[in-house]
Amino acid sequence: MPTTTTRQVSAPARSRRGLRARSTLAFWLFTGPFLIGLLIFVYVPILWSAWLSFFEARFTVTPSDFVGFENYRTMLTDEDFMGSLVTFTVFAVIIVPTTWALSLALALAVNRLRFMRAFFRSVFFLPTAVSYVAASLIWKMSIFNGVRFGLANTVLGWFGADGTAWLASPDPPWYWLVIVTVRLWLQAGFYMILFLAALQNIPPELYEAAAIDGARPGWQTFRYITLPQLRATSTAVILLLLVAAYQAFDEFFNLLSKTTWGRPPLVELYYKALGENQDYGAGSAGALILTLLICLVTLLQGRIMGFGRAEGSK
Amino acid sequence: MPDSGNSSWDRRSALRAALGLAAAGGLAACGGNNGRGGGGSGSGTSLVQYFHAYGEAGTEQAIKRYAKAYEDANVSTQWITGSNFESKLFASLLTDKAPDVFEFHPQIQLVKSGQVADLTELIDPVKDDFNPADIQSHTVDGKIYGVRMIDDPQFFFYRKSLFDKAGVGIPRTLDELVAAAAELTTDKVKGIYLGNTLHSIVNPLIWASGAETLDENNEIAYHTDGVVGGFRTLRTLFTSGDLLLDAPTDFWDPSALNQGLTAIQWCGMWAMPQMQQALGDDLGIFPFPKVTDAGRQTVYNGGWSMFVNAKGKNVEAAKEYVKWLWIDRKEYQEDWALSYGFHIPPRTSLAESADKLKSGLPAEGVRLFNEFGHFDNIGWTQAMITALEDVLANCVRKGGDPEAELGKADGKVNRELDKLFG
Repeated sequence: MPTTTTRQVSAPARSRRGLRARSTLAFWLFTGPFLIGLLIFVYVPILWSAWLSFFEARFTVTPSDFVGFENYRTMLTDEDFMGSLVTFTVFAVIIVPTTWALSLALALAVNRLRFMRAFFRSVFFLPTAVSYVAASLIWKMSIFNGVRFGLANTVLGWFGADGTAWLASPDPPWYWLVIVTVRLWLQAGFYMILFLAALQNIPPELYEAAAIDGARPGWQTFRYITLPQLRATSTAVILLLLVAAYQAFDEFFNLLSKTTWGRPPLVELYYKALGENQDYGAGSAGALILTLLICLVTLLQGRIMGFGRAEGSK
Repeated sequence: MPDSGNSSWDRRSALRAALGLAAAGGLAACGGNNGRGGGGSGSGTSLVQYFHAYGEAGTEQAIKRYAKAYEDANVSTQWITGSNFESKLFASLLTDKAPDVFEFHPQIQLVKSGQVADLTELIDPVKDDFNPADIQSHTVDGKIYGVRMIDDPQFFFYRKSLFDKAGVGIPRTLDELVAAAAELTTDKVKGIYLGNTLHSIVNPLIWASGAETLDENNEIAYHTDGVVGGFRTLRTLFTSGDLLLDAPTDFWDPSALNQGLTAIQWCGMWAMPQMQQALGDDLGIFPFPKVTDAGRQTVYNGGWSMFVNAKGKNVEAAKEYVKWLWIDRKEYQEDWALSYGFHIPPRTSLAESADKLKSGLPAEGVRLFNEFGHFDNIGWTQAMITALEDVLANCVRKGGDPEAELGKADGKVNRELDKLFG
């Protein structure tokens, strides 16, 4: 990218100090509000939660009864919490590849359009602005309700199939279909935009050169030119999808009520910390275990997929 | 494309993605609504009251109207929507935004932790005018901790025409109920509806099996062969295809019955006016049938009560308000019980003068309430309720073994009982 490299040759000696002071001020002006928000809403709660996790903190967030690693032992031997990690794994294994594939497919399709591209881009992106709660209610009450006039059951009825209770019964686990489709609908459009930006950044010369070398358009160019060029974006998308999957709460909470199954970690922790026991100590310990897990997985993924590493240094 | 350019592009694309996600997250989070209406301009103390969202039209306006008529304090109402009123209430009670006055059910952990104020002196002068069961269910060691606002019997509602068409009589046992559901099911109508999660029939099932939640020594009394058998029967109903599942509205809403999705529905008397309006005379009621021969027909006498937050900033003012509205102002109590849904007033004088409850189906509801009703046991707390709801989820919806699941629940309930009664 030649434009960025030339810009760095700059700054004549004239009044260098004044310039620097002004740019320092500008730096804090721009980042200050964001940093303050980050401090208050992210770092303080994390530290507070870390502190709470070493205390017996029922019905209070200012505990005095130090218990060491007791809360961690409770959580790590808690069947429900460990089960929630399994639930999460199942969820991530389904949702990450499907969203990746669907958003890439949408991006490729929209990128090929010759007209109305902006329209379709907006249409596919719009669901991102819908709240998870509202979408869950639509899925639960109109699309996947269990009565004969629910959308899914109506469609099944055309083929003579009986109505299905999608959410009430865990066997067969149809609730996964509901949960996965709602999230796909909500987030695929956003990742499509990321892919679209990356697609448009692939230099056309590459395709021209490939065509001259005899590569057939379609699968061959996609496999050997498009996909490798999207590696950085793909890695970022997968990472973001994984983190988003870890944070899944709204659709599980709203679609599955009074169940003992289908609870990802955050839902489990919600019931643990904010349920009738109000056990903030154990809840915080669980949250920290979860944070550590996310860090670990992210680092591992970076290692495996070479996140942020230069293409040439491989 | 030089190599040096690539690495900066990598990082930048990742950063752009992350910022984009943050921005999208912010966008999606818009539209929050904290429910705090603008405080009025009244002088003096201000009080906050919590109510769960009643389904009947006009209830929210009614509660706010009563509050506005109170002159000694500025009372603002939080109308809590959603299905988890108890967790929102419990969480808020820990904070300095806690309500001064809230509605809930009698549960002893609130008394033991000093969360609810002793209201004996408010109620004592009119104690004889209350349904004795409503006094008893709010009493711990001779002190009364809440004022009952409404009694809400829950039983089965059914469509008489569909019963006649299928040639089905009123079920006397749980087995008969399951058989009736099978007879009543057609390709358009399901036989029976117990709510999407079925949790509202846990207590009726226990009572109808001849058991209790806890005995008089506050020890487990629900773990009997009858209850185990009841859960097994419910499992057969759940898998039979005769039970309406995943309906758009839950058991407390009359829509499933009104819209012809089911022939029988477990619901509360609050919904009776709406059902009568939709179905006219094609409506009957019956109690939860016996589960075993030793069991009994059962009606769940639920309801809501007013409590004063003993840890609030204005305990005395809150008590005054509760006394004013729920002890003194009988016209409001009557309006609240009878103008929206049907509820039985816990005040005997009001219940006796309530013309709307004197004839027809409402009178039948009152009879079931008196004859078969079981009230809440104050020792049966939220943690125990949740433990039994888990049993239902695991063995009726998931197909686990009731004996083993009840055993697991025993552990949780005993832990809670130890904490409460030592």
